[in-house]
Amino acid sequence: MSEATTETTTDAGPGRRERMRALLRLSGMLPILILLCVGFEIASGRFLTFNNLSIVMQQASINTVLAAGMTFVILTGGIDLSVGSILALSAVVAVAVTGDPALAWLAIPAALGAGLACGAANGALIAGLKLPPFIVTLGALTAVRGVARLTADDATVFNSNLPFAWIGNGTLFGVPWLVVIALAVIVLSWFILRRTVLGTWIYAVGGNADAAALAGIKVPLVLIFVYCVSGLLSGLGGIMSAARLYAANGLQLGQAYELDAIAAVILGGTSFVGGIGSIWGTLVGALIIAVLTNGLILMGVSDIWQYIIKGGVIILAVAIDRFRTA
Amino acid sequence: MDESSTPRLEMRGISKTFGAIRALRDVSLSVRGGEVHALMGENGAGKSTLMKILAGALRADSGGEIRIRGEVVQMSNPHEARDRGIAVIYQELALSPNLTVAENIFLGRERTRFGLLDRGAQRRAAAPVLERLGADFTAGTRVMDLSLGQRQMVEIARALESDADIIVMDEPTTALSERESEQLFRLVDRLRDEGIAMIYISHRMDEVYRLSDRCSVLRDGAYIGTLEREELDPDRLVSMMVGREASSFYEKAHRPPSEAPALLEVRDLTDGARVGPCSFDLRAGEVLGVAGLVGSGRTELARLIYGADRATGGSVRLDGELLENRGPRRSLDNGIAYLTEDRKGLGLFLEMPVADNVAMSVLRDRAFAGGVMTPEIAAKMGRDHISSLDIRGAGASTRVGNLSGGNQQKVLLARLLEAAPRVLILDEPTRGVDVGAKSEIYGLIDRLTADGLAVILISSELAEVIGTSDRILVMREGRIAGEVANTRDSPATQEAIMSLSAGPRENKGAAKAHEEETA
Repeated sequence: MSEATTETTTDAGPGRRERMRALLRLSGMLPILILLCVGFEIASGRFLTFNNLSIVMQQASINTVLAAGMTFVILTGGIDLSVGSILALSAVVAVAVTGDPALAWLAIPAALGAGLACGAANGALIAGLKLPPFIVTLGALTAVRGVARLTADDATVFNSNLPFAWIGNGTLFGVPWLVVIALAVIVLSWFILRRTVLGTWIYAVGGNADAAALAGIKVPLVLIFVYCVSGLLSGLGGIMSAARLYAANGLQLGQAYELDAIAAVILGGTSFVGGIGSIWGTLVGALIIAVLTNGLILMGVSDIWQYIIKGGVIILAVAIDRFRTA
Repeated sequence: MDESSTPRLEMRGISKTFGAIRALRDVSLSVRGGEVHALMGENGAGKSTLMKILAGALRADSGGEIRIRGEVVQMSNPHEARDRGIAVIYQELALSPNLTVAENIFLGRERTRFGLLDRGAQRRAAAPVLERLGADFTAGTRVMDLSLGQRQMVEIARALESDADIIVMDEPTTALSERESEQLFRLVDRLRDEGIAMIYISHRMDEVYRLSDRCSVLRDGAYIGTLEREELDPDRLVSMMVGREASSFYEKAHRPPSEAPALLEVRDLTDGARVGPCSFDLRAGEVLGVAGLVGSGRTELARLIYGADRATGGSVRLDGELLENRGPRRSLDNGIAYLTEDRKGLGLFLEMPVADNVAMSVLRDRAFAGGVMTPEIAAKMGRDHISSLDIRGAGASTRVGNLSGGNQQKVLLARLLEAAPRVLILDEPTRGVDVGAKSEIYGLIDRLTADGLAVILISSELAEVIGTSDRILVMREGRIAGEVANTRDSPATQEAIMSLSAGPRENKGAAKAHEEETA
C-alpha cells in the first residue's frame, strides 16, 4: 500500500518536471528571437514590415541550410569547419559548368556532387581512420578552399545569364525560392532526425558512441552519413549563393560561414558534446543571427560594432539558456 | 570508550524534498568514533541524498540538525564540511589521473613556498600518510598508473591528510577485485582502530558482516532501524530493506538437461593479447558461471564472443554452424546478446528516453520501409517492458539518466530481450543494483533458461555465481583455469573457485601480473 503511494508520487514528480524541461528546451531561444524583433521594431520603426522580414529570411536562408547540416554533425559530437570552403567550391563549379550552355543542366548536380564528395571524404577520414573531426575538417577548410581557387583559375567566374538564377531571385507564390529551399531542408532534416531509424542512431551515436556500437549500430556508417549531409547541404548553399550573385569567387565566397553555422546550432540549444538538440532550435538560431545583422543595419550601427554586438549576443543568449534550464 | 556518550556525528530529523518528491523523511543517524557504521538500503532509499547533505553538497530542509561531537553545525557547502573533518569517498573517484599521488592528495590545498608550488614538501608530507595506510606505491606515482584499489587508497590518504575523522565510503568495493577488497577491509579495520568514525554504504551483505559494528537501514527515504553487530542477520536485513520477507535469494528453479547438445561452441578463441585461447561449450537452458579476478579476462572473453572486439584466432559455433565476420550487429541477428558490466559508460543512452533505449537494437527491423518510423513503435516496446520487468517510476518517455541503478539495468536487459536472443551473456548483471532488483534479475534468468535460453553469467560475487550457475568456469590471466561443478547436491565451494582464480602465483595479483605481461 505504502509502496503504491510512493510510486505514484515519484511517477508524477519527475514526469511533470521533465515535461516542463522539455517545454523549456523546445521553446529554447524563441523568446529571445521575438524579443529581438520587437526591440528592433521599436528602435527603428521599420523592422516588422513584410518586405524587411522577407529580406531577413532570405539573408538567413543560406546559413540555415549550412546550419542544418551542421546540426547533424554536432548531434554526433563532431564538428564541420569546412562548410564555407565547400560552399565556395560548389558555387564555383556550378557557375563554371554553365560556361558551356550545353552543360547547363549539369550545373546543379555537379555542385551537389562536389559538396557530397567533400563530405564523404571528411566522413571517411573521421569514421575510417578515426581522426578527430576538428582536425580533419580544419584541414579540409584550407584544402577545399585551395581546390575552389584552382577550379576557377583563381578568378571570379560569372555568368549574367545563369540558368538557375531563379533560385536566388525568383519566388514561389510570393515566397523567395531561397526561403522555400531553406524551410524544405529544415522539414526534411526534422523528418530524418525524428521519423527515421537513422535519426535515432544519430542521437545515439552522439549520446554514447561506445554503447551505440555494442547495441549493434554501425557507428562509422552513421558518421559518414552526417558528414555527407553536411557536405551535400554545403553544396546546396553554394548553388544558392551563386544563384543570387550570378558569380562565384573561390577565394572570398563563404569565408567564415562555418562560424555562423556553428553559432546558429549552438544558439539553437544543440549540445556541443552531442546527443542533445533539435533542428527547430537551429532554425531559430539562424534567424536570430540574421535578425541581429539586419536590425543593426537598419539602426545604422557601423559594421565594426555589428561584429562586437553579434559576438556578445551569442555568448549572452547561450548563458541565459544555461541558467534557465539548469 | 568515553566517545560512546557523545557520538562523533549525529544527524537528527533530516528531511529533504525535491519538488514533489520526498527523498528523505525525518532520518536520524548516529556514528561513534572508532565505529564502522554500515548504511544499507535499496537504490533510491535515500542513502546518497543523506550523505550529500552530510558532505554539504545538498542542504536539508529546515527542522533537522547535524551535530559533530555534540555541537550543532551548519554545513552549507562542501568546504565547510571538509573543515569539520568530514570526507566522502564517492564511487566515482575524484582524482586527476594525469597528476601524481602527492599532487592529488594536496589538490586544492597545495603546499607552497614563496608563492610557488613546493612539490618536494608535498611528497614528503604524503609519504607518512601512505605508509600509515600500507600503500605499495610512492607519492610520486602518477594516478593513471595505479589500480582502482590503489586509487581509492589515494582518496583515503587525501581525507586523512586533511585531518578528516568522519569518513564516508560509498560502495567502495563495487569495482574492486576480491584481493583489493580484502586490502580495503584491512584498511578500514586500521582506521577504526585509529578512532575514525566511518559510514560504510554497501549492498553486499558479506562486507557488512565483515566490517560493521552497527548497521542502519533506510527505505523509501525513511529511517527503518539500526541493528547492533550481534543482531545482524541476513534475512532480517533484507526484509528491513525490502519491506517484506525476502524469500531465499538464490533459488534455482530450473535444471538443464545434462546431455543436451551444445548450443554454443567456443574453440581456441583468442585476441592474441589479453585472452585465450579459450574453449568451452554452452548448452541450451544452462547457466554457465564465469568467475575470476577483475582483470582475469572475463569481460574481454565475453566481448570476443559477442564480436565487440576482434578475435585473432579461434571459432564460435552456434547450433553447429560456424559464425563468421562476428560483430555486435551480426551477433544480435544470430541471437547472441551481451549485457555490458559498464551500464552507464557502454550500455545506456542516458539522455534518451526509456523507449529509445529499449528499442535501439531492433528499431531497424521494426520500422517501416526505408527506415521510416513513428515514435509509437519504440514507445510500445518501452511500455511492454516497463510492465513485464516492473521498471518502477518510469514511463516510456522518461530519461534513462533519471532512473535508479536497478531500473537502468532492467532497461538495458529489456533491450537485449527485445532482440530475442538464444544466448545471453550477462557481465556483472547485479552490480550496483539494489536487493529487490537483484532477486528480480535472478528470477528473470530462471525464467529465460526454462524457455531454453543459454546464459553466460560473469560475476565477481562468488555467492552469486554459486547460487545461480549450473557449472562454473574460472578464469585466470586470460585463460580458463578450470571448471567447477555446481549442483544442488554438491555446490561449488568458494575456496575451490578462489584457489583456481588465484593460481599458483601467490597473492601477487594475477590481474596486475597479467597487465605487465601484455604491456
